[in-house]
Amino acid sequence: MPEHTADRLRGLVAEFLRTHDPRGDRAGFLRARFDAGLAWVHHPPGHGGLGAPPQLQAVVDAAFAEAGAPDNRPRRNSIGLGMAAPTLLRHATEAQCRRWLRPLWTGEELWCQLFSEPEAGSDLASLRTRAVRDGADWVVDGQKVWTSMAHEARWAILLARTDPAVAKHRGITYFVCDMTAPGVQVRPLRQLTGEAEFNEVFLTGVRVPDAHRVGAVGEGWQIARTTLMNERVAIGGRPLPREGGMVGVLARLWRERPELRTAGLHEEVLRSWVRAEAARLSALRLRQLVAAGAPGPEGSAVKLSFAELNQRISGLEVELLGAEGLRHDDWAMRRPVEPDLLGRTATYRYLRARGNSIEGGTSEILRTVIAERVLGLPAEPRVDR
Amino acid sequence: MTDLLYGADEEALRDSVRALLVAHAPWQRTLAGLDDDEPYDAALWRLLVDQLGVTGLAVPVEHGGAGAGFREVAVVLEELGRAVAPVPFLGAAVATRALLACGDAELLGAVAAGERAVVLAVGLATAPDTRPEPVAVEPGPVLRGTVTGVADALPCDVLLVPAADGLYAVDAAAAAVRMNPVVSLDATRPLADLVLAGAPGRRVATGPAATRAVSVALTAGAGLLASEQVGLAQWCLDTTIEHVRTRRQFGRPVGSFQAVKHRLADLWVEITEARAVARHAADRLATGHPETPLAAALAQAYCGPVAVRAAEACVQLHGGIGFTWEHPAHLYLKRAKSGAVAFGTADRHRAALARLVDLAAPAPAGAGGSIGPARSNR
Ligand SMILES: Cc1cc2nc3c(=O)[nH]c(=O)nc-3n(C[C@H](O)[C@H](O)[C@H](O)COP(=O)(O)OP(=O)(O)OC[C@H]3O[C@@H](n4cnc5c(N)ncnc54)[C@H](O)[C@@H]3O)c2cc1C
Repeated sequence: MPEHTADRLRGLVAEFLRTHDPRGDRAGFLRARFDAGLAWVHHPPGHGGLGAPPQLQAVVDAAFAEAGAPDNRPRRNSIGLGMAAPTLLRHATEAQCRRWLRPLWTGEELWCQLFSEPEAGSDLASLRTRAVRDGADWVVDGQKVWTSMAHEARWAILLARTDPAVAKHRGITYFVCDMTAPGVQVRPLRQLTGEAEFNEVFLTGVRVPDAHRVGAVGEGWQIARTTLMNERVAIGGRPLPREGGMVGVLARLWRERPELRTAGLHEEVLRSWVRAEAARLSALRLRQLVAAGAPGPEGSAVKLSFAELNQRISGLEVELLGAEGLRHDDWAMRRPVEPDLLGRTATYRYLRARGNSIEGGTSEILRTVIAERVLGLPAEPRVDR
Repeated sequence: MTDLLYGADEEALRDSVRALLVAHAPWQRTLAGLDDDEPYDAALWRLLVDQLGVTGLAVPVEHGGAGAGFREVAVVLEELGRAVAPVPFLGAAVATRALLACGDAELLGAVAAGERAVVLAVGLATAPDTRPEPVAVEPGPVLRGTVTGVADALPCDVLLVPAADGLYAVDAAAAAVRMNPVVSLDATRPLADLVLAGAPGRRVATGPAATRAVSVALTAGAGLLASEQVGLAQWCLDTTIEHVRTRRQFGRPVGSFQAVKHRLADLWVEITEARAVARHAADRLATGHPETPLAAALAQAYCGPVAVRAAEACVQLHGGIGFTWEHPAHLYLKRAKSGAVAFGTADRHRAALARLVDLAAPAPAGAGGSIGPARSNR
């Protein structure tokens, strides 16, 4: 096989574009791009890739964007693309990858994550949803909660307890659950923003074929760790220009509305600007490390500091706006698949940002993970093992 | 695009500097030096200059230097920060940047060869966006005036003095030059007050060229200091982690308590970010990017406070030991706090950023709602 270089991949994209019209049928175009190995270039052939180094993905994405090709709306399917796909690629069988990866990548099938339960959040391994073997199937009963996108998703990655007799981390198995199967009930769970991105999910006698089990019985916790690790990287991984995030909204407001300025808020705006730039540069450094083949643990730093920054900046924006900052757009219960961070009022940003330090692992849990796994500090004594 | 990583050559340079410092600059030796009259470790400085040629790194090959650049200088500073080494390298790097701006071949050659140590005669706390008070020039030309709080001056051979009509090179050993040592917060980077009582000088730059040379040198100082601060902060974190892993109270290592863990996790996040910010400043400086002043201001607005928090956490989490003279933590605390004032405080740099990125201060009261000029130097 010829060696993969940026030039060669650009050539492959150009060749592909000669035979596929980027302005034609969207789904057809994306399917063909997957089949040509130009979806995730680092995946093996047959799974959307060419076995190329991951840093060449940016080259391919840029070449397609330049040609005006449709993208797969990555923000609509963040759980599928960011978490389910890397987990499947690493732990699923060949047949499972063939069934799930293509429609996942094209965005024809969206994914959600059935991990958290009312009694098991940070302490995820204490989950109680049961899966009992019955012939060629598993029968699943339990309740999941805070499930983003469950109302849109076709598939879910699901953690369930298959052996209640062993220590909690060892009795868990990883499944893919069909969200249209009988017994799956999705109820909107309204958030403090008024809308309902997430849901309660009730699983009552849901039959999951054994062919939809990922990895060995009882190995679910190890596989879940792949998912959770990718979750943190996915959250911090997007390249941003200077003032590309929420700080840009704040900076523009400061420039355009001089009558709102006060000395104290000036100080705060400058501090936030500095922190945002530091966080942006460290995310950039993370990507340079990944591209050089040396990814470090910086991903968790990025997730933690973006959560704090978004909260601080959005809070500042409300205060800067003063009386105007008290006017919310509306509390209607929407069912969005992604939060509309830039399109709504400052109050919405302020409220939605509270979730940034809870979703994808709380900031407290992340600090403990950094302290124990990165800094090598001793674990706290545990009474639950 | 800005390159925020370390190249293979830079890693090799780091290894050599670190090996030399481990062998010749253990903190016990630095600590013992505090009770001597000698502020600097002259023997260590000679080794760095003669064996590793650190003073020639940023000097172009045609002037006898290594033709490397400020990214490499920054790597040396990281290691010197990690060791709180008592050597005048930061001052040398700042003076080199000034000489590069003036194009003074004679002094650049002498600096690259390690024959003469040059220092910019400006107070350590001077921010890049302020013009230092110039000393007076009398016919001769001879210089008359005082400059207070100059760092790295005591072991130097040549002073670069900003004067009313240009930048002058003054022989530091001249009879009319007096350097009065100051008892400084950071004794490993001691300060001196300089008195020029009619000292002969040679003009190396005039008018705007001289002003520019001083300002780019101070910008370089602010940007490079960030790398020293990253090295310092990393040492504080590493050393504290070592301590809390082994020190036991209440029947368990104190590092297993969440209050301790989370403080250190936050510090690690900040140091991770400070490293990216410091690399950014070094890279902008090395490539002469037009945004170098922005990168340097960002570096001091962010990295200075991170180094201080790291050193303060180091003292705190060592408990009583951390408060003793025998433990090296105070060397780092003093260096960190003095660094937070050197080349301007974080607040000064935020004010500079306000101008550079158009985030102006509120208009003064009564001026209406117009977009007023940014707050000037407070
Ligand atoms: C917007 C949003 C979207 C989400 N989407 C999904 C999804 O799609 N799928 C899914 O499965 N889950 C999802 N979640 C759930 C999320 O992962 C959990 O909420 C989170 O892991 C915390 O669990 P918990 O809510 O049970 O809080 P708890 O675990 O009860 O925590 C309560 C508080 O105690 C703190 N705490 C807990 N344990 C410790 C400890 N050991 N040390 C210190 N502090 C501790 C926590 O940090 C928190 O502040 C979502 C959450 C939000 C907010």
